[in-house]
Amino acid sequence: MKGLVDAIRRHRVAAVIAFLLVFPLLMPYQALAINILVFGLFAVGFNLLFGYTGLLSFGHAAFLGVGSYLTGIAMVSMGLPWGVALLLGVVSAALAGLLIGYLAIRTRGIYFSMVTLALAQIVYYAFYKAERWTGGENGLRGIQVPAAEIFGFQFDFLDPTTKYYVILAFVAAALWFVSRVLASPFGAVIEAVRENEKRAAACGYDVARTKLLVFVLSAAICGLAGALRALHLSVVPIDSLHYLLSGQAVMMCLLGGMGTFFGPFIGAGLFLTLEDVATTYTTHWMAIVGAVFMVFVLFFPAGVWGSFLKRIERKP
Amino acid sequence: MEITPSLIALQLVTGIALGAVYALLAVGLSLIFGMLTVVNFAHGAFFMVGAFVGLYFLGLTGNFWFSLVLTPLVVGAIGLVTERFLVRPLYGRGIDYPLLLTFGLSWVLIEAMRTLFGIEGLPSSTPAELRGSVDLGIGFFPKYRLFLIAATAVVVAALWLFLEKTRYGLIVRAGSRDGEICQVLGIDIARVWLTVFAIGTAIAGLSGVLAAPTRAVNPEMGIPVLAESFVVTVVGGMGSLPGAVVAGLLVGVVFSMTSLFAPDLAELSIFVLMAVVLLVRPQGFFGKAGLMG
Repeated sequence: MKGLVDAIRRHRVAAVIAFLLVFPLLMPYQALAINILVFGLFAVGFNLLFGYTGLLSFGHAAFLGVGSYLTGIAMVSMGLPWGVALLLGVVSAALAGLLIGYLAIRTRGIYFSMVTLALAQIVYYAFYKAERWTGGENGLRGIQVPAAEIFGFQFDFLDPTTKYYVILAFVAAALWFVSRVLASPFGAVIEAVRENEKRAAACGYDVARTKLLVFVLSAAICGLAGALRALHLSVVPIDSLHYLLSGQAVMMCLLGGMGTFFGPFIGAGLFLTLEDVATTYTTHWMAIVGAVFMVFVLFFPAGVWGSFLKRIERKP
Repeated sequence: MEITPSLIALQLVTGIALGAVYALLAVGLSLIFGMLTVVNFAHGAFFMVGAFVGLYFLGLTGNFWFSLVLTPLVVGAIGLVTERFLVRPLYGRGIDYPLLLTFGLSWVLIEAMRTLFGIEGLPSSTPAELRGSVDLGIGFFPKYRLFLIAATAVVVAALWLFLEKTRYGLIVRAGSRDGEICQVLGIDIARVWLTVFAIGTAIAGLSGVLAAPTRAVNPEMGIPVLAESFVVTVVGGMGSLPGAVVAGLLVGVVFSMTSLFAPDLAELSIFVLMAVVLLVRPQGFFGKAGLMG
């Protein structure tokens, strides 16, 4: 068992992609599978900051939302092709991350959570008021990926299976990138900052710059998740920027296991499946998810995957 | 619309009344943080529960004063249970965990109110005895707004007297300075923490009752309020009671003045204020330097 887990952890990107390739076959319907894919990536981006760097942001919906909106605006108002629009969404989210991050990293610990939450509200109100571009309360509508033929393949975004695998290609690239960052010397520095900021500074690392860089990377990945979500839903609801969505990133990350590579995806899967199942029985699914989350905070703070790893490592 | 001095004065009073609610919220938040180093992410939810419970008691008894006294007790009791059974096991496990837990609790509280009172929320109106307006010489002002300001002044003064002039207040202040020494001196610090958490949430509940007639009462009303009270705490300096009051009033006035001159920017203005404070003075008006890094 331990050998298998070690092999999976060594080839983590390959393992997660192999799983995601067969994942749609396991799910009751494709829309849920795509949701898990998108929100899994959102949680991965968030985990980079929270799990690995130890910075608890409560404003990450801002980056998901900016990614969604800018992709949508580029396609609807400017008529750009979806690939370019996607890139624009990611770059805009990274820029938003630079601005918010620059202000937020001036604070530490608990203030960081409060300040990121408040700064994300600015983005929410700004997009809410800019009705001409964003559709305000009704959200942005009419994002359509035209059907095309690439290398003889019929490419139609209306077909959920095609849509899943196209989105998966982007998610796989992002996962490879995150894995690469974590394995690099920079990845070691961000974990050093999490463990002991002063010591990292004493070792000669520029803590503020490291934090800002992780913040921007994290924002860009969440922006990509947002951009993909806009293509998936073909609308951008104003809720994309809402505080509750920032909270969902936190919940998914903790449920799965913060600071682990697989955790965020497991958390996203658990959260969305729980939501999906709970809504069939009751409209008050938030209470169930909230209560489950509290149980995890109290008794399983390492999350599903983190607790599993702990068990395996204790019993060789 | 022409902007006259009396209109500005009216808007100023509206701002101070709004700021009074912010000040109360931030005082509760700061009290809990100063003592337990817990950021209560359910503070907005307790505010919302206060508004609902207040309207429920008002409907039951028809007496505003009755609900004004009873609601903080009920919300404080919820706070008591929260600290004892949910927050207490998390002490010593890092600063993020109580925050995460109270965040989860806020979801449960929102759904609880949806279940009890419906997702649409409740209609609220100004209590009969506080309707109408009074002439203050420079113009007419709504009675209820003036009452809000007075009520806040009374609560803050009472809290100040409690903390500065009573024996128990001394213990609370000593406990927030150094809990361990207090324990060595034979004080049951866990009980002090319990009391402080309950007082903080009771004040959040009270601000909910007070604010109910001035805004829409629905289960989600606590969410923007949470963000706004964080703005106040960051501007005023975390853990500082004078900071909470001054910043609360300032934020209220900034909001109402912006909504007079540039209505579209009203919601944004207070967050911009916070961003400026972060750039110029990251620890806030009354915060200790170094605490914010």
